[in-house]
Amino acid sequence: MDSLELKYTEEHEWIVIDAAGVGLVGISQHAADSLGDVVFVDLPQVGDNLEQFGKLGEIESVKAFSELFSPVSGSVVEVNDSLSDAPDLINENPYESGWMVKILLSDLSELDKLMSASEYETFVSESETH
Amino acid sequence: MMTGKRLRKTALNSCHSDSGARLVPFAGWEMPIQYSGIFDEVKAVRSSAGIFDVSHMGRLEISGPGAESTLNRVLSVDVLALLSGRAKYNVVCNENGGIIDDCIVYRRDETSFLLIPNASNCASVAAWLRENSGQRTIEISDTTENTVMIALQGPDSQTMLTDHTDIDLDSIRPFRSVTGDAFGTRAFIARTGYTGEDGFEIILSAEEGPNSWRQLETSGAIPCGLGARDVLRLEAGLLLHGNDMNQTVNPYEAGLQTFVESDREGYIARDALLAIEKNGPSRRLIGFVMEGKKIAREGCLIMDDGEEIGNVTSGVPSPTLGINIGMGFVKSDRAEPGTQIDIDVRGEEVAAKVVKLPFYRRSKKS
Repeated sequence: MDSLELKYTEEHEWIVIDAAGVGLVGISQHAADSLGDVVFVDLPQVGDNLEQFGKLGEIESVKAFSELFSPVSGSVVEVNDSLSDAPDLINENPYESGWMVKILLSDLSELDKLMSASEYETFVSESETH
Repeated sequence: MMTGKRLRKTALNSCHSDSGARLVPFAGWEMPIQYSGIFDEVKAVRSSAGIFDVSHMGRLEISGPGAESTLNRVLSVDVLALLSGRAKYNVVCNENGGIIDDCIVYRRDETSFLLIPNASNCASVAAWLRENSGQRTIEISDTTENTVMIALQGPDSQTMLTDHTDIDLDSIRPFRSVTGDAFGTRAFIARTGYTGEDGFEIILSAEEGPNSWRQLETSGAIPCGLGARDVLRLEAGLLLHGNDMNQTVNPYEAGLQTFVESDREGYIARDALLAIEKNGPSRRLIGFVMEGKKIAREGCLIMDDGEEIGNVTSGVPSPTLGINIGMGFVKSDRAEPGTQIDIDVRGEEVAAKVVKLPFYRRSKKS
């Protein structure tokens, strides 16, 4: 996947939009590495409506529990069911087999509130030096 | 988390950063939380062997003609009965029986001992010993910074350690120690640990630390961090001071009565602990297994029919057993193994069952 098309939240979720206006959502490699072994992920169901930066779900690693936030508003059109039995896919490949949900965006302009890949990279390196 | 304060570094710090470990602040030290991944590290210790930098733990050398009687006053076990070269796990209590720390005491000879308290309690244990030494002649020397302590843990520990010493390791039975030549230097080697596996804890000079660590890596020992250590100790039903016990908890509540010999002349917590033993504790530490995928974390409330009956002190997923496990305190009448409880996980009551500790016990060699 061309990481240049990815947009990021400050909570470390990524989204990439296809031609039909459907966004594929997951968490960044940085987030997956920080969490460590993921053991449980709780995601919304198909048809659920999400708010931008509202709750998307929950993720639990061996060390800690974290909330997931939706990068955009819209309705859930598909959920990665394989994560319920194999949450470690998120550690193995958070950008491909570890994707979480597909969202039909209700407002494409919300993408402007997200960071580009290079902005996110800067954001992560700055937050690490603090 | 400590902020604005310089973190202490163990002599093995460069080994960790060279191996790509993630370093975090822990009890005032910069320590590796994980190397390859917590689950891989746990598996290595259960199936082969892992090495842990436990140099942050305190090393107090206690000597002098008053050493034995001071320790016997402060520790929960009979120090007079401890033979040279042997060790005992015990708790350090205040006068009320509250647990200041848990530690291992080793007798080196007639008048000298080694005490290993937890990193965050080392100073308070040393102070408590001084306060209770009275007129006795006793010297307490903190050698934590001059030495390293490496825990080599797992079924292959002895085979790996044999590569680096001529000491007859079979002679070091559990909770015994010897000082001898290993890794080309002088080393203190004890058959103790905090993982539920066979293994050794090795103390040697700070200068020789990195070299010895790398030699064990060459023998196949997998570097492990504090994350794996926490999972391993919880699977083995071992308590963590600061989580599962503190100064408001007594050893009977914590299920540590095996390590308490209260009825000794001069023991500081004698009266308090004899009274608690007689009346029985009102709450007890339990082990529990979660039903379902949610994990109970420290601080979650334990419920029964809507009534709060206790709280969780530790909780992790157990990769060895494939279930989510934890420990916590409940009212004594709900502590029987088999009791159904509910745990409030972020507002949702999740079913769990009280089980006998430990969760995991290694299979003994025949």
